[in-house]
Amino acid sequence: MEQVKKIFARFDLQQYVVYVGFLLIFLYFAVTLHDDGFLTQRNLTNIVLQTAPATIMAIGLVFVLSAREIDLSFGSIVAVAALSAAVVMQEYNMFLGIAAGLGVGLAIGLFNGVLVAYLRLPSFLVTLATMGLFAGVARTLTNLRSIPVIDSGFTGFFGAGSFLGVPSLVWWSFGAVIVGHYIYRETRFGAHVLATGDNARAAQVSGIKVPRIRVAVLALSGVCAGLAGLLYAGRLQAAKYTLGETDLMTVIAAVIVGGTLLSGGKGTVIGALVGSLLMGMLNNGLILQGLSVSDQMIVRGIIILVAVAVSLRDTNH
Amino acid sequence: METQPLLELSHIRKQFGGVVAVEDFSLDLHPGEIVALVGDNGAGKSTLIKMISGVYQPTDGAIRLSGETVSFTDASEARARGIEVVYQDLALADQQPVYMNLFLGREKLMKGLPLLDRRSMVKEAQQLVEDLDVRIPSAKATIRDLSGGQRQGIAIARATHWAKQLILLDEPTAALGVAETAKVEKQIAALKERNVAILIISHSLDQVFRLSDRICVLRRGQQIGIRETAKTDKNEIVAMITGVN
Repeated sequence: MEQVKKIFARFDLQQYVVYVGFLLIFLYFAVTLHDDGFLTQRNLTNIVLQTAPATIMAIGLVFVLSAREIDLSFGSIVAVAALSAAVVMQEYNMFLGIAAGLGVGLAIGLFNGVLVAYLRLPSFLVTLATMGLFAGVARTLTNLRSIPVIDSGFTGFFGAGSFLGVPSLVWWSFGAVIVGHYIYRETRFGAHVLATGDNARAAQVSGIKVPRIRVAVLALSGVCAGLAGLLYAGRLQAAKYTLGETDLMTVIAAVIVGGTLLSGGKGTVIGALVGSLLMGMLNNGLILQGLSVSDQMIVRGIIILVAVAVSLRDTNH
Repeated sequence: METQPLLELSHIRKQFGGVVAVEDFSLDLHPGEIVALVGDNGAGKSTLIKMISGVYQPTDGAIRLSGETVSFTDASEARARGIEVVYQDLALADQQPVYMNLFLGREKLMKGLPLLDRRSMVKEAQQLVEDLDVRIPSAKATIRDLSGGQRQGIAIARATHWAKQLILLDEPTAALGVAETAKVEKQIAALKERNVAILIISHSLDQVFRLSDRICVLRRGQQIGIRETAKTDKNEIVAMITGVN
């Protein structure tokens, strides 16, 4: 009995809840939606494809939350980055378009970061403001018009194309997760991000440049959002101000459910991937079950609430 | 003592706006010597420690390390010169493992790769806590799961590991029980054996008399005096701290 207790004591529920939740929801849909094509390879691949941009935003957010900051602006960055890329591509070429998309993401992320790190404004308020600001910029940038993206190199690279039989969005998604995971777990930067979020003063007196870490995580989140914007533009072959609009809740939920603490100092990139896939699966399953859009929103909200409650349950000891 | 002092503070003064926190403070500290700083709250003890460790810069006066005048602009410069601080609140990252805390800000990397060398950090950390007799389950244990005494042990082990010359201890046993305090005091005594110079702030006069070679008293930023521990008693020190005879 003691032995069993010991094993359970070492079992960090919060770290695994996402995997258990993923399996349970998967099984539930697999059984109830068996006749609606949930289990078809096509549908499952679709889930991965649709979640690719959210997964990439989630990776950036893992770093931000781990440093005990928050980014609410990434959804707006997605739209501005995608529109900038599309507009530049119309005039010039694909490479300048990519540079524009990523550059816009980096610039907005740096802007957030500098305000947070050097003016010591709370990141919640800074990114709340820039979320609104850049949502406005995205609307005025093209007068609410949608910009087509016709460069087939671009749409292949970021959207519908495939390499070695694997869709490019899957490459992007898993590639970003692997790179993100290694930076997070195995580099000095990752360790400094965790130390900053865990105890900023301890990090400071240990010689870690805390303000630089804060700028870096918000800039990274901006770049991730920029990349997500490119993926949206590639897959939809168009850019519009609405891109990324509804991702805020999904991505934050994916990261938290995945096992990253809102209070900093602890997180996981792999968990965020699984959390993101879980959100995508939920979306997909609810649509297949024939729920109306408003019912979907309600069910999704409740499930996220439960998932977040479970995953945060044991962190207050 | 005839050896050259490791640390010399001469006529140090620190002013924050119109408030004088420390006035005309002078002290020599020799290798292998423990000097205790005592005084009431707000006497300027922590300010003094922060000036030596580079967190604050003195408004006036000079700090010399092994005879050389130094002026640190931040804590990492002081650390590079072999000065370590154990802070009152320990400055540990609670959710990280012991070994990452011992290497906080100085993580080891694999040869030629930008990747953390966890294995070597764990090994070194394990050796260090064993040498210092800090009893923890493992170098991979998370700080959050350790007791107050174990945490303090880790903080001191970290300082010991990196301090080549001087350790500044700011209330190292304030939050500890009797048994844990005894253990930490044993660690501090062991540091003295290693010929490290130690400056300790403590509110416990019993502790000060157990550990120190000399006692330096501060009152409201003024240096009241320095006494050799063996040649004074509690009554005199209390009178110096309070200013009441």
